[in-house]
Amino acid sequence: MRPSPPRLAAVAAVTLLAVPAMLPLLSAAAAWAVPAGEIWQHQLAHVLPRVAGNTLLLLALVAVGTGVLGTALAWLVAGHEFPGRRVFAWALLLPLAVPGYVLAVVFAGALDFAGPLQSWLREAVTPGLRLPPIRSLGGAALVLTLCLYPYVYMLARVAFETTGARTLEAAQTLGHDRRSAFRRALLPLARPAIAAGVGLACMETLADFGVVAALNVDTFTTAIYRAWYGMYSIAAALQMAALLALLALAGVWLERRLRGSRSFAGQRPSGALPRLRLTGARAIAATALVVVVLGVSFVLPMAQLLAWAARHVATDLDARYWAFAGRSVALAASGALVVVVAALVHGYALRLERRPWLRALGRLGTAGYAVPGTVLAVGLFAPVAGLNNWLQARLDLALGASAPQLFLQGTLLTMFVAYLARFLAVGTGPIESGMERIHRNLDEAAVLLGARGATRLRRLHLPLLRGSLLAAAVLVFVDLMKELPITLMTRPFGFETLAVRVFEMAAEGEWERAALPSVFIVAVGVLPVVLLARRVTHVA
Amino acid sequence: MWLEMRGAVRRFGERRALDGVSFGLAEGEIGCLLGPSGCGKTTALRSIAGLESLDAGAILSRGRVLEGPGVHLPPHERGIGLVFQDHALFPHLTARGNVEFGLQQLGRTERAARAGEMLDLVGLADCAEAYPSQLSGGQQQRVAVARALAPRPATLLLDEPFSSLDVALRERLVGELRALLKSLGATALVVTHDQQDAFALADRVGLMRDGCLVQWGTPYDLYHRPVTRFAAEFVGQASFLPAQRGDNGELQTELGPLVDGHGAGAARDGAVDVLLRPDDVVHDDRAPLKARIVERVFRGAEFLYTVELPSGRRVLSLVPSHHDHRVGESIGVRLVTDHVVTFPPLRGVTTSVAT
Amino acid sequence: MLLTALARNAVLLGLCAGILPVSAHADTLVVYSARNEQLIKPIFDAYQKETGVEIKFTTGDAAVLVERLAAEGRNSPADILMTVDAGELWNAAQRGLLRPVQSPTLARNIPKHLRDPQNRWFGLSQRARTIVYSPQRVDAKQLSTYDQLATPPWHGKLCLRTSKKVYNQSLVATMIAAQGEQKTEQVVRGWVGNLATDVFANDTQLLEAIAAGQCDVGIVNTYYYGRIVKDRPDFPVKVFWANQGAGGTHVNVSGAGVTQHSRNVKAATRFLEWLSSGKAQQHFAAVNMEFPANPAAAIDPVVASWGRFEASPINVAEAGRLQPAAVRLMDRAGYR
Repeated sequence: MRPSPPRLAAVAAVTLLAVPAMLPLLSAAAAWAVPAGEIWQHQLAHVLPRVAGNTLLLLALVAVGTGVLGTALAWLVAGHEFPGRRVFAWALLLPLAVPGYVLAVVFAGALDFAGPLQSWLREAVTPGLRLPPIRSLGGAALVLTLCLYPYVYMLARVAFETTGARTLEAAQTLGHDRRSAFRRALLPLARPAIAAGVGLACMETLADFGVVAALNVDTFTTAIYRAWYGMYSIAAALQMAALLALLALAGVWLERRLRGSRSFAGQRPSGALPRLRLTGARAIAATALVVVVLGVSFVLPMAQLLAWAARHVATDLDARYWAFAGRSVALAASGALVVVVAALVHGYALRLERRPWLRALGRLGTAGYAVPGTVLAVGLFAPVAGLNNWLQARLDLALGASAPQLFLQGTLLTMFVAYLARFLAVGTGPIESGMERIHRNLDEAAVLLGARGATRLRRLHLPLLRGSLLAAAVLVFVDLMKELPITLMTRPFGFETLAVRVFEMAAEGEWERAALPSVFIVAVGVLPVVLLARRVTHVA
Repeated sequence: MWLEMRGAVRRFGERRALDGVSFGLAEGEIGCLLGPSGCGKTTALRSIAGLESLDAGAILSRGRVLEGPGVHLPPHERGIGLVFQDHALFPHLTARGNVEFGLQQLGRTERAARAGEMLDLVGLADCAEAYPSQLSGGQQQRVAVARALAPRPATLLLDEPFSSLDVALRERLVGELRALLKSLGATALVVTHDQQDAFALADRVGLMRDGCLVQWGTPYDLYHRPVTRFAAEFVGQASFLPAQRGDNGELQTELGPLVDGHGAGAARDGAVDVLLRPDDVVHDDRAPLKARIVERVFRGAEFLYTVELPSGRRVLSLVPSHHDHRVGESIGVRLVTDHVVTFPPLRGVTTSVAT
Repeated sequence: MLLTALARNAVLLGLCAGILPVSAHADTLVVYSARNEQLIKPIFDAYQKETGVEIKFTTGDAAVLVERLAAEGRNSPADILMTVDAGELWNAAQRGLLRPVQSPTLARNIPKHLRDPQNRWFGLSQRARTIVYSPQRVDAKQLSTYDQLATPPWHGKLCLRTSKKVYNQSLVATMIAAQGEQKTEQVVRGWVGNLATDVFANDTQLLEAIAAGQCDVGIVNTYYYGRIVKDRPDFPVKVFWANQGAGGTHVNVSGAGVTQHSRNVKAATRFLEWLSSGKAQQHFAAVNMEFPANPAAAIDPVVASWGRFEASPINVAEAGRLQPAAVRLMDRAGYR
């Protein structure tokens, strides 16, 4: 067979979508031209060995934590019947709506030496009593695990519920009991889903600043900010951020390599997974486990937030909050739409044109998720402002004094490009796995029936991908509700959102006052999460 | 009996997927459940494997109760192998890994040896390290069979094993599978909707409809001595010709007299329908009766003609393909029947050809 | 309610093109502010009421705003950069993003050590960073200087905030300015050795830790203390003015400068002059319980109740200049 020429549209689409994420990386590459050798020497000697160790350890803990917790909960809910299961099935996704930095601050406030729990323990039990310190790497790993496990839980549960029944049956007829079938067949089969969830969690961990800052853990990210804010070297910060993105890409590549030629595609959905009814102590244990997870990751933190918010609700809550909330929702919704459409085009282009180099380029386009938001915002802002200035110069030349003042960098357009750079990975995750499940025969059948290119996307893939698209949209939406640095830097004047509100309060350490907008963020985010949860249940 | 199902009942809501099904297989026999989709054959298979439980009735394997009142052995304790319709190979394991999957009670070396032996047996020794996605459909099916046979199950169940394969491959594989099962002396139960597969593979065939076992017998019996019109029509092609039973038991038909060897009761007036298979109606130029060809299907070695008798009734006739006649021509036909099967006539319905 | 907000925003999203005639008019000023909305908005509103000049502003981290100014270059809409520490103002001035302003009013109102020697930026309020202690466990007589907290008596009794916060970076920077790197590094090492627990993420946590008995002394910005005692007058922690008679207590400033490419230099200067005087000064500081930069302005009564203190006369610009050195020093000393 003669290799066909690459489809231009597909190549163009993937290339174009790689641009947003590439811009900051290019800024970073350009930053290498700025000598920051002195700073690097210092970093290598005094900072990097420690933060690299911390980052890797944190990454490992979060990967194991989210992987184990998310998978265990998914198997518990998908494969067992116990009191409360139906509610837990969707409730376990709720922590997605809670920003990590908020959870971290709540934990720090509640569990530190001076917090209510330890104070009570000292008074009621024994004065010498100490809990393990929450302001620690372990504490950060705990908080990140609690707010990121839903990614793994959601993807693993869908995997178990859609293809698990047949796998379980096959294993059982080969002499394996349920436990052994889970360990030897269902679990390995759900690996791509679990890996995708853990991957998202890891990238968020790499890029996280809010949680590690609140719990005072030094990681790669904090070192980046230290070089920038502390030593005024944006060049060094960008250079380190580029390394971080490379690290993330290497991780993704490694996972793919380990997977090898095992194709997980084209597993047919089988019937409903039979659920084992738990009884007695085991049923109680199952319910208790979920209650504890939900309690510490969502219910108790929300109670604390509400208590804080209540103290300031009289002074702080005004009519503007509806506008903040409306703007946050509108921004997150339209941003989610942009990202999901882009992710769909991205996924479809890569499906049409299966070339390794194009795939690599596509991966590059999703690397922004591992770059700390602020660094990415600045890395993207500089080229856009440059473009603006270039256009302005042309305009001034042509129109003289009457030339209008351009302000590209502070527009929603720039905001959306930045969102793309950062969140394309969140959108492509569910969409790619959804596309993998659509057998290529269907494409061929559609071609023969005359549906080509975009028509085929509209008439064949869109209907089949509805669930994946919704999942992607909700994940991006919730992420955008929580997003801060990009919004902060590129928003038009006076464009205040809930997250900006949180920033305003938190920047001066007024955490209790930040609780009110935080409560709003969670409240607005919960609705789509519940929607997603119901949908996930529906699909399965 | 090696494997036995007794009065099995399984309800899904209002519907009875199994409605009192009983049959048995002797050691080394290959049985086949045949029927249209939704007839309950797959439910029967899954009940034997333990993937469904029965609402009533029992299942016994080598005298051991697998399923019965108060008994439901979990699938992994039944010693029953199952080859799934879609093969259900584990995509994360190689062919060898798949075959070894059911051998976890064996030691490492024994396991490898047994897996190698099974792959050899199905002719896939060269593909042992390939992942399912790298195997063709036929190869995948053979891995699935090897995997199911590896733990030496008492009985092997196969669910529509050939449905996903193309026709050419299918005929070869059916033969190979039968030879393989016979060489191992394995007892097997196959579910299929394809009569050809069933006949080629099975020692005993059960025909199912609406959760009931209509007939259980040898393929020969099923074809030539169907007990209902449904059986006659589902298994092979059939035409029905009205006949009148004489006092001496002889049947008078438009195509001449027949001796009733095997037949159901006639109507009170002695009217019956005679089952005619296409090979019962032969072309003979010397035959006095002429029939007009209204349709012909070329089948390579034969033509299948649909001919219209003077009365206007239509019957099927299988004719060697060197007798090439055109539609509209009239040819001489006569009956050559070893097994005369009659059914009570359908009241008010004059249709006579079913293909 | 939500729906109308949604609809309105949808229109906004659709219409928001890249052309904004900001700062084209003399009656509009654009401020890039690292000082929070709730601290500046009331003052901006008051100015508009008084003069009719509208003030548009956007908030963000100072470092981000500085990068933003730099990237926008001569097309930046900003007229004024406002920060909550002198370091970023120094950095912005260093990079040529701020312009010198010759204003007798500002020169008169703002003491020399609280503004740029070349008048490119001006401190508008003082943020004192000093020692706090538990009066139950510590006698104020045991306290004297920042350096003294590095000595053995405080072993296991000191609490510090993370060195990632700029306030600690500028404190150490002015210590370097006063006594050189070597001596300062010894002190910082001494602090780290005296820590009762791992460093805190913010001053409020630190104050609560002293109150709860996790440690006895610490170093904080006074307004964090002020916020707590405003709600809980019996909060069991007290302020001690550090280095009295020994160089003075460390102060940083919240301040502002006119941008290099401002098209409204005059209006911007007038605004800064207004901020540096009278009622505005008082209000600017009081809203966050800080000390006014203008010595003539009245001090918030709660803040005044902590007593008068001698502030370090070292120019706050030094804090910016020596900040990278301070960060390296703290890295070396193991101060996280």
